[in-house]
Amino acid sequence: MKFAVINFPGSNCDMDLFYAIKDGINENVQLVDYREKSLAGFDAVMVPGGFSYGDYLRSGAIAVHAPIVKEIIRFAAEGKIVFGVCNGFQILTELNLLPGALIRNEKSRFVCDITDLTVINNQIAFTNQYQKDETIRIPVAHGEGRYYCDEKTLKEITDNNQIIFKYNDNINGSVDQIAGVTNKKGNVLGMMPHPERAIEDILGSADGLKLFQSIINEQVRVNN
Amino acid sequence: MTEPTAEQIKIEKLYQQWGLTEEEYDLISEKILNRLPNYTETGLYSVMWSEHCSYKNSKKVLRKMPNKSPRVLAGPGEDAGILDIGDNQAVVFKAESHNHPSAVEPYQGAATGVGGIIRDIFSMGATPIALLDSLKFGPLNNGKTKHLVNEVVAGIGGYGNCIGLPTVGGEVSFEDCYEHNPLVNAMCVGLLNNTDFKHGTASGNNSLIVYVGAKTGRDGIHGATFASDEFTDTKNKQRSAVQVGNPFIEKLLMDACVEIIEKHSDWVLGIQDMGAAGLVSSTAEMASKAGSGLVLNLDQVPQRETKMSAYEMMLSESQERMVLCIKPEYETQVLDFFKHYELDAVVIGHVTTDGQYKIYHQGQLVTDIPVDSLTEDVPEYDRKEVQPKRMLADKDYHFEPVVTSLAKTWLDMLQRPNIASKKYFYQTYDSQVKTNTLIRPGGDAGVVRIRGTKKALAMTNDSNSKYVYLNPFVGGQITVMEAARNIVATGGEPIGITDCLNFGNPEDPEAFYELDKSVEGIASACEMIETPVISGNVSLYNEYNETAIYPSPMVGMVGLIDDIDNLTTIAFKDSGDLIYVIGQTQDDFNGSEIQMQQENTIKGDLRPLDLQMEKAHQALVRTAIQQKLLKSCHDLSEGGLAVALSESAFENSLGIDIKTDLTSVQMFSETQSRFLVTVSQKDQAKFETLAAGSYELLGRVTTDPNFKVTTRDEKVSIDGKQAATKWKEAIACLMK
Repeated sequence: MKFAVINFPGSNCDMDLFYAIKDGINENVQLVDYREKSLAGFDAVMVPGGFSYGDYLRSGAIAVHAPIVKEIIRFAAEGKIVFGVCNGFQILTELNLLPGALIRNEKSRFVCDITDLTVINNQIAFTNQYQKDETIRIPVAHGEGRYYCDEKTLKEITDNNQIIFKYNDNINGSVDQIAGVTNKKGNVLGMMPHPERAIEDILGSADGLKLFQSIINEQVRVNN
Repeated sequence: MTEPTAEQIKIEKLYQQWGLTEEEYDLISEKILNRLPNYTETGLYSVMWSEHCSYKNSKKVLRKMPNKSPRVLAGPGEDAGILDIGDNQAVVFKAESHNHPSAVEPYQGAATGVGGIIRDIFSMGATPIALLDSLKFGPLNNGKTKHLVNEVVAGIGGYGNCIGLPTVGGEVSFEDCYEHNPLVNAMCVGLLNNTDFKHGTASGNNSLIVYVGAKTGRDGIHGATFASDEFTDTKNKQRSAVQVGNPFIEKLLMDACVEIIEKHSDWVLGIQDMGAAGLVSSTAEMASKAGSGLVLNLDQVPQRETKMSAYEMMLSESQERMVLCIKPEYETQVLDFFKHYELDAVVIGHVTTDGQYKIYHQGQLVTDIPVDSLTEDVPEYDRKEVQPKRMLADKDYHFEPVVTSLAKTWLDMLQRPNIASKKYFYQTYDSQVKTNTLIRPGGDAGVVRIRGTKKALAMTNDSNSKYVYLNPFVGGQITVMEAARNIVATGGEPIGITDCLNFGNPEDPEAFYELDKSVEGIASACEMIETPVISGNVSLYNEYNETAIYPSPMVGMVGLIDDIDNLTTIAFKDSGDLIYVIGQTQDDFNGSEIQMQQENTIKGDLRPLDLQMEKAHQALVRTAIQQKLLKSCHDLSEGGLAVALSESAFENSLGIDIKTDLTSVQMFSETQSRFLVTVSQKDQAKFETLAAGSYELLGRVTTDPNFKVTTRDEKVSIDGKQAATKWKEAIACLMK
């Protein structure tokens, strides 16, 4: 499988994703500059964490105007794998590829820690290797990671099983403790915690590995 | 506004406002130039001859530091020092203070401190890999200090998190003397893959001087002079001297500079950060090192304000700017390269052979002075020193604590701001980005692996200003050795240090004594364990209304871990493991946290430090770790055994059952050269043979989280969960 990791000015977790794919699941991965206009030849696109454009205006707001973004939208519409972590999640909600928005943490402070998440839905391309309701340890590092949506949207995403991960301990004040959501089709996932930082036990957890293995597993299933 | 004439500057002694003395001014006009310097030139001399840029008061003392070892590839004098770590790789590191700016504008002061130290690292061609911070404030008992703390911490996090570098270690402490003069010291560590690094030189006739990065504004003018003056009530409104940081631009600048040196080193002759004293300092230093002259045309400098004078442009400390010296034939390639990163890059001058520093502005030659006169002709002062009166007066004072309830004192100790968990602060720093952090903040040292190898780097920031205050020489030694124990406890070999020397006014003989003697202490400890001082910075004049801070040298040490399989942490691992203390505990209470707790002051002398024994204990721990005998290891420092036992137990919610010949008060003694270690029962004989004569077996780790402690005086059981809660929540409680 061939993965693209998008590199916006100010992205700073691009290499973390790159190594997770290259060394964690031994797949083909390439950094793609935000000025590129095509994602032809790629099977999955990853939008990394960081502070694209310095988080000016609000996080993710400027990145959505970069040339590569049209291709990310096309990719998502075609049902291909699109994954956004942290600032990548913010960009995907800004693009309306995912429901809701990310706002400043409840306590207004940046928080970096390793958190326990519960896998709410293990039936999508990103989670098929996890058990339902499994607790996984995944790092977080964000200042604007509080998931927000209105009640109608919350009901909708709950009913559609679009809530994928929840925090066991609501570290940022997210609505319904939501840590990660998917689109209706289940091919676009965004999450604030960083599974790409939980690839090796020596880093404190390897629980993020299964997320990437799930993507491979799904591809194998589709191809067969 | 018209600028004062050269005559006005002389007659009205305007140079004094900028920090030049009459003697210095006369030296410039009578011996160096043989004419009166104009307004711009006087400004250039005043910043370049400030303590911050010239080290004129401290040079003589700094020469006492050892700076050689087989690993040293570059020492003091470069933007940062470089140590060989094998496999054609080297580590580059430096620490810098940003005390004065942080006192005035805490968020930006701290943020730009981080930004500046990162530039010092990538200007050496190294990829920055980690940050650390040493912070000192007044007590957390008033809104003003809490605001200061919040803003400084937010500034550090705001910059480091955005640029994407992990903050992996540091320290935060609180003492009265820092109330009006906080200390903010930042350290950056980088990895150099190409050991043919770029010196910061401007060589070769007609080579081009290229300005890269953010535009120049009026911010930070005279920052270096400001940093070389003391605070008083009337001078605390020096807001214009503080710079504003932009980590987004710095991220682009960092990536671009690292790439140009790695991939196109043939284009570049030199590269330097525009830090203190901005354009003048960076360009003059580059030219002076190469023995060259320079011509600069200020009309080319990217400006974000209008009608800036030559004086303002040369002295501006606007952030996120670099200077490159390039071969003229690669001009187009270099400018296009930075354009791709969407960075301003323009040629602002060229190198000459006449040794003159010439600046043109709006068609006028506004400066024409010898380059070396800015960097080499600075007078060097030999300041008078006198042993502080307090040292003689309190020489024979021996503090003896009183502990009537071990449990109560133990719990009180864990809540003291200097002892309690600092997670409230460090959890606002991204410590994991780049996915190489093996030991995050909260351990003895931060550890970052070197991807693709079995190696890792351990790093720590340490200062023990209370000890230095009581005895600058011994305190200086302790500062180095505590840092070394922190490195050793993780499984590392100390390989070098950087330092920030935070002191009072050097013209005060007692303050100068503190500087001189603590440097001698640092030097002797560094020689003993062969850790050269490869970089550093001096911050003098840390005073408020003529009351100085404690003398506060901060040591930033880096260690090499050959094999990450030997990585050791402070956390107790399994029930049944044996708990030992390496080193003999004695009655060392002067300058201790328990003295602060019981007397609310520090007083008395320190016992001399036995450097040989210290070295032997460090060697013992390193051997034991290499033989895989230690399941945990923790340096013993503030608060003594009681605190170290607690911290090691808390991490995995384990308890302890110990019985010792020590008295209850000795549980809080701060005797140096000690480690707390745990050993699996199966390795008991092996460990005890190896450590023969240097250990005491205290007891064992228990699943029951309570602390069962029997001293010579009493037998107590301390509620472990309650202790952990108090330790974890104390700072958050105080910050409310």
